[in-house]
Amino acid sequence: MSPTGTIVVAALLIAVSPARTAEIPQAERRSGYSFMAPDTQAIQDDDTTNPGMLWVLDGEKLWNNKAGAAGKACADCHHEARASIKGVAARYPAFDKALGRPVNLEQRINLCRTGQQQAAPLPYESRDLLALTAFVAQQSRGLPIDAATDPQLEPFVAKGRELFMQRQGQLNLGCANCHDDNWDKRLAGSAMTRRAANGSPASAA
Amino acid sequence: MASALINVPKKAKRGETIEIKTLMSHIMETGYRHTAEGEVVPRDIITTFSCRYNGAEIFRAELFPAISANPFITFFTVANESGKFEFEWTGDRGFAATASASITVE
Repeated sequence: MSPTGTIVVAALLIAVSPARTAEIPQAERRSGYSFMAPDTQAIQDDDTTNPGMLWVLDGEKLWNNKAGAAGKACADCHHEARASIKGVAARYPAFDKALGRPVNLEQRINLCRTGQQQAAPLPYESRDLLALTAFVAQQSRGLPIDAATDPQLEPFVAKGRELFMQRQGQLNLGCANCHDDNWDKRLAGSAMTRRAANGSPASAA
Repeated sequence: MASALINVPKKAKRGETIEIKTLMSHIMETGYRHTAEGEVVPRDIITTFSCRYNGAEIFRAELFPAISANPFITFFTVANESGKFEFEWTGDRGFAATASASITVE
């Protein structure tokens, strides 16, 4: 190849690479579920074999349990969860006006605990918080994710995008280098997945 | 009471072989792990599981530390008569849980 040809190829590569990390068109977005192995999908399809449903059952009990100094249960304000919080989980993370920043679903639950129930916040990743979150999220099952459409979230989304693209660490990799540039490949046997926001962890496959 | 998920067909034909699936919520701590301070995390597992079909025991299992958390036990039986399946789990630290499911045999 002539030196000019090499330069042309190099220039093309530079021009092409940023385009790969652009927004994914709606039609091309895939659930984390679609990256799972058929065996894992079969477990998820049957609510009586999916261990995640144990957390949903625990969450339902917690929803009706009175907690904190106020002696209130989630159900005392929100009533019947199937109607009152349908679609709520699909909108998180959402902007919290009082805090002036976005909160995720777990943080929202803890805000209710400290504010309304006057109870201690549940530790992140604790069984109870996972259970309540699973139960709340269950009420939005099948609904499309509708987070980050609030204009107040824009600066935070921009910051998140920047962090996603930013190369860092010993290997000098950004999230995008695997999850955008190589999402259809596998890393050490696990699917890399393309920014799948639901149906995770797909690596359970 | 620990959560359990039971899958028993609601209806079956007489003489039909049916599959029963059970999933019990349990940490199944092996007793072989240590904390960062070097102390042994005490064993906490389910040790027995049994299923009775209209009072008669049709399935029993002993469980050991190698069995993963939230044990999923599935087995087959022949549907002979309408009635009730009763499931029982017992384990360390006085763990005891029960569940039941009904079946209509036509």
